[in-house]
Amino acid sequence: MNRKLLAVLILLLVACVLPFVISNYRVFQLTLVLVYAIALLGLNMLTGYNGQISLGHGAFYAIGAYCAAILMDKWGVPYWATLPVAGAVCLVVGFLFGLPALRLEGLYLALATFALGVSMPQLLKYHAIEEWTGGVQGIVILKPDPPAFLAGLGLNQDRWLYFFSLGVALLMFVLGRNLLHGRIGRAVIAIRDNPTAAQAMGVNNALYKSLTFGVSAMYTGIAGALGAIAVQFVAPDSFGIFLSLVFLIGIVVGGLASISGAIYGAFFIQFVPNIADAVSKAAPWAIFGLFLIAFVYLLPAGIAGGVQMARARFMRASSQSEAGGAKQPVTAKEGVS
Amino acid sequence: MSQAVLHQIFAGLATGGIYASLALALVMIYQATHLVNFAQGEMAMFCTYIAWSLLQTGMGYWPAFLLTVGFGFVLGVVIERVVIRPVERSSVLSVVVVFIGLLAILNSVAGWIYTYTIKPFPSPFPEALANPLMSPHELGSILVTLVVLVLLYAFFRFTPLGLAMRAAAQNPESSRLVGIRVGWMLALGWGLASAIGAVAGMMIAPVVYLDPNMMGGILLYAFAAALLGGIDNPGGAVLGGFIMGVLENLLGAFVIGNDLKLALALVLIVGVLVVRPSGLFGSVQVSRV
Repeated sequence: MNRKLLAVLILLLVACVLPFVISNYRVFQLTLVLVYAIALLGLNMLTGYNGQISLGHGAFYAIGAYCAAILMDKWGVPYWATLPVAGAVCLVVGFLFGLPALRLEGLYLALATFALGVSMPQLLKYHAIEEWTGGVQGIVILKPDPPAFLAGLGLNQDRWLYFFSLGVALLMFVLGRNLLHGRIGRAVIAIRDNPTAAQAMGVNNALYKSLTFGVSAMYTGIAGALGAIAVQFVAPDSFGIFLSLVFLIGIVVGGLASISGAIYGAFFIQFVPNIADAVSKAAPWAIFGLFLIAFVYLLPAGIAGGVQMARARFMRASSQSEAGGAKQPVTAKEGVS
Repeated sequence: MSQAVLHQIFAGLATGGIYASLALALVMIYQATHLVNFAQGEMAMFCTYIAWSLLQTGMGYWPAFLLTVGFGFVLGVVIERVVIRPVERSSVLSVVVVFIGLLAILNSVAGWIYTYTIKPFPSPFPEALANPLMSPHELGSILVTLVVLVLLYAFFRFTPLGLAMRAAAQNPESSRLVGIRVGWMLALGWGLASAIGAVAGMMIAPVVYLDPNMMGGILLYAFAAALLGGIDNPGGAVLGGFIMGVLENLLGAFVIGNDLKLALALVLIVGVLVVRPSGLFGSVQVSRV
């Protein structure tokens, strides 16, 4: 069995045991980590892999969250059924927003998405749709109970939601990995690195870019729906521009164009503000800002890149010491390469 | 035209002047570095808090005003030298991320020092300026905007330093060859932009009140104004600012209502970028493949 798969399985085992040994509040926090990880993977597809900067992904998270809340509150749709709907809605909205975004490069796309992120709360408060969105008040939803056939496993609401999120996250990550490591992923990366060459090689840039936007929005929307179910509440002001910026921070700190980076980033944006809140209400953002600038200067590949670098160094060191006794000259050459 | 419409137009011109100043600040940085400064609004907000602190010490309005403009200038220069310079040549994404970092830091430091409570900010203009169409503050802020514009125009048009700055923005290599210190010209540009932002902040604060998030919507309108006028054309950006101000007020009062004003900016930004990315007066970018 290869080492990477083994590592993933061990991590999964830990993730399954953990909720039974920690408090409910911590379980809730871990659920949010999973939610953020899905959202960050979505943003990373767009910004990290495809090179389209989005400063407004909070808007898609908000749309997903509202989809779930409205479906549950108005039509009594079961919570698990809201996720595909939220994903589909965001796929369409993201694809449509991606169409005009095709003509925008780099900075301009950042501007347009920034505008989307800033104006989202106002759109959600709009009085004509107040009947569904609940206006400024938002919507309160109920936390789902664990299904009856799992009774007796020691699941309470928090643990069940955690396992549900874990399952969704696992599914989304496997899908995302297959998407990014295959033919489509190569095209997406080629467009980022050299659009002209990609086009010349027969990649349909326009289609791939708007589809990436759609899929990215879908991931974030599903995360939004899951987040709304976990938090049990949606309101316009929790989806302001700062939420979008939190996602950006997550992918930069976690690691751009990296799948594991989404998980590191999710832990960072969930737990660092908690720690910093102890200092002052304003401290989390000061720390976020400092980390953001520090990572751009010192570790542009994020935590994922740092981990990879450390592992490469460790492997090289250990392979050198293993071979050290037998063939001295050859290892010296290997060390150079 | 009815009195109500006229009133809206003049009120629009007053806020438009503020959008115009901030758009001008954005254009100045764009011209020199081809970057859009996402932290421009927070820099202006921070300067306005400095002005508030100075006023709390019992200083007169205009001395505090001048000191704040000076502080804004120094803040801009320091930020360019310390934070922006190391990433000047890296990818757009890195620079955008650094701007966002700056935005977050300035916002939270202001919140940390001054708390998030909304504070009133005084208007320096006497009641004598009042007239049937505009409040004293509206007329005053239009006047201040115009003074700033005239000063800037004179600076860039008639002084050797202004000429050097224009040269450095237009053709850095040749400017360096004739002995212009291009790096410092960029820093000066940042300083000027930040100082203009400080003026805009002090002019808008009496209207929207002082709080760390006060510039969010205003920055959006300044973006829209700069894009509408052409992001590389200072005159166009100023005109764009006034157009945005009037448009915002007229549409807000008579068509879409006040609760969709930010969405209007979003629609305008996306609309301009899609229909005419160079704006009304900008130059069309052609790139060679």
